[in-house]
Amino acid sequence: MSETDTRTTEETETARRPGRERGRDDGKFGRYGGQYVPEALMPAIEELTDAYERYVLNNEDGFMEEFRERLADFGGRPTPLQRADRLSERYDTEVYLKREDLLHGGAHKLNNALGQVLLAKYMGKERIIAETGAGQHGTATAMAAAHLDMPCTIYMGERDINRQRPNVFRMKLNGSEVKPVTTGRGTLKEAISETMRDWAETVEDTHYVIGSIVGPHPFPVMVRDFQAVISEEAREQAIEKTGGLPTDVVACAGGGSNTMGTFAHFVDDEDVALHAVEAGGSTLEVDEEAGVAPNSASLFAGEEGVLHGARTKLLQDSDGQIMESHSVSSGLDYAGVGPELAYLVDEERVDPVAVDDDAALEGFHRLSNTEGIIPALETAHAFGYLEAHHEDLGERVVVNVSGRGDKDLDAAIEETDQRDVANAPDMSMFTGGM
Amino acid sequence: MANSDALDAAFADGPAYVPYLVVGDPDYESSTAYVEALDRGGADVIELGLPFSEPIAEGSTIQEALVRSLDAGMTPDRFFAFAEDLEVDAALVCMTYYNLIYQYGKGEGPRPFVERAAAAGIQGLVVPDLPAEEADPLREACDEFGLDLIFIVAPTTRGDRLDRMMANVSGYVYVQARLGTTGARDDVSDQTTASLDRLGGYDVPKAVGFGISTGDHAERIVAGGADGIIVGSALVDVVAEGVAEDLSTAEVADRLEALSRELKQGAERGHRSRTGTVESA
Ligand SMILES: Cc1ncc(COP(=O)(O)O)c(C=O)c1O
Repeated sequence: MSETDTRTTEETETARRPGRERGRDDGKFGRYGGQYVPEALMPAIEELTDAYERYVLNNEDGFMEEFRERLADFGGRPTPLQRADRLSERYDTEVYLKREDLLHGGAHKLNNALGQVLLAKYMGKERIIAETGAGQHGTATAMAAAHLDMPCTIYMGERDINRQRPNVFRMKLNGSEVKPVTTGRGTLKEAISETMRDWAETVEDTHYVIGSIVGPHPFPVMVRDFQAVISEEAREQAIEKTGGLPTDVVACAGGGSNTMGTFAHFVDDEDVALHAVEAGGSTLEVDEEAGVAPNSASLFAGEEGVLHGARTKLLQDSDGQIMESHSVSSGLDYAGVGPELAYLVDEERVDPVAVDDDAALEGFHRLSNTEGIIPALETAHAFGYLEAHHEDLGERVVVNVSGRGDKDLDAAIEETDQRDVANAPDMSMFTGGM
Repeated sequence: MANSDALDAAFADGPAYVPYLVVGDPDYESSTAYVEALDRGGADVIELGLPFSEPIAEGSTIQEALVRSLDAGMTPDRFFAFAEDLEVDAALVCMTYYNLIYQYGKGEGPRPFVERAAAAGIQGLVVPDLPAEEADPLREACDEFGLDLIFIVAPTTRGDRLDRMMANVSGYVYVQARLGTTGARDDVSDQTTASLDRLGGYDVPKAVGFGISTGDHAERIVAGGADGIIVGSALVDVVAEGVAEDLSTAEVADRLEALSRELKQGAERGHRSRTGTVESA
């Protein structure tokens, strides 16, 4: 059978499942997904798949009740779906904000981290490892590990450590060890590779809490299932508050966990348009020679390949070497994207769009000064999209506020200083003649 | 299933010494001299590493070598030219990650890579991130062009997974001596013996790797039942020292040849003691 034949069979068998079930049984999303990992990790992956099926899908030992209870009491769920009055007026459209920034820790990341650390506990694991880009996933994992009394080590690229010092401090405050990763450009992809190496040596007693819908099966489906609480709530809240479904749902996409979490319960509502906003960086052009993509837009500019255990869309050169990506927001700065999103984009169910660094910064300032919500730079990309494309959207838009921007203040000041951001505050009188 | 004569022959008489180096580390010319030194030192099969930017199965020694090679401009096409230009007696195996193999095909799957590898004189492939479950397209291409596909068996591999892997493997099976990533270690794990025991019923040569760095290790591993030894990080360390100490290519090549001889002789001692034991039993 040729490669093409194999693909067609895979598509018909598994990909066309209802939105929330897709990929659960075999980890395939059309031709994406799979388990491309060193043999030493396979037993851990099989053990995890088994635990995911038993505890998450079949609710063995009341896992899901405990998870939901902890998400409520420790995490602060449900988060509100808030009408954004000024933005609604500005765009002449009803704009609703799903406030994941109000979740404990300040980002959607806790939904997944708490789910996985709890699962590790049910599996009898003794140690947690994780990687982090923006530090939000690391922070959420450190909090969940402290909450559930598990020792935790977090790998973080050196460059990201410098961009996200408050989060490094928060992880350490919660008792986690933070290990700097110096290879490559010192961002998320290097941190993931390093965590996989640690895992290969420690699989027997350690669980790797991967931070997005990436990696080998069952991570992409499991992380989506933990994050799907966002759209489960948002869908009900929208119906309750507005009497119907939204016309459009918008979320930023790095690996894609808040994206799929926000889309999951809407995928089967075919009238609801889904927009995944990637980091366009400084330009969508790539520099093949230098092996650098000045963006992190793998849905937009990437090509099919295999990275970190899954077949998906990647920023890579013509030889298949993975490119260094770029974004003003470290949480979006990754050369790959979840296989399910890659599939939904090919199926034209999800509309991939890109917003550049400048527009994201404008979005950051706009949400802050119009609505009193300082978003994460990751989230700000979604508002950059809203500004540029509100005329293309329907009359009722839900935007996921994936996280709050406290962690980003240093980076935002620095990046704002380098640009002429129209709606940025004038700080000159406070800088003491700097 | 393919079984290249060259790999068969490498394991036919006595234990096979299977060294690994990263092609193009630290540059193309030195690397040619280094691989040829391994051959003079007694290599039966040489594993040539084609660098990938995200080598998740590798420890820091080999990872850094892969970076040196990439920085010096290594590409799949240069890798094939390198293999073609080599003057060695040993059989050649390419070790790389699946994305490079797949991408080489520009949408046609792994076949173009295998075809080119065969033309360059490569006799087998090791792909550490390609499990048997995902290997059908590559397996078929290897069968078509007469290449062996070598799988890595971990200390944790058992049951169905082991059967599936052994049903697909040819040439030799790479027995990972302990959990974790590649890297030279001071002693040799007990996990090796257990792994070799588990593989006893399968009729394919068993080469043990991960952590072997001295003739003494080689001796013990072969005495313990291995049909061959695979040595990577200990050799890559010699290249790295050459870079750090700014040694001449000839000096580094001499060291590689000497270490190879030590490892090969260790393997042979192990083999004699094993056959000795069998005879007296
Ligand atoms: C606030 C916030 N939003 C979005 C992301 C992007 O990740 P994902 O696409 O997996 O949601 C991150 C990652 O760290 C983040 O911190």
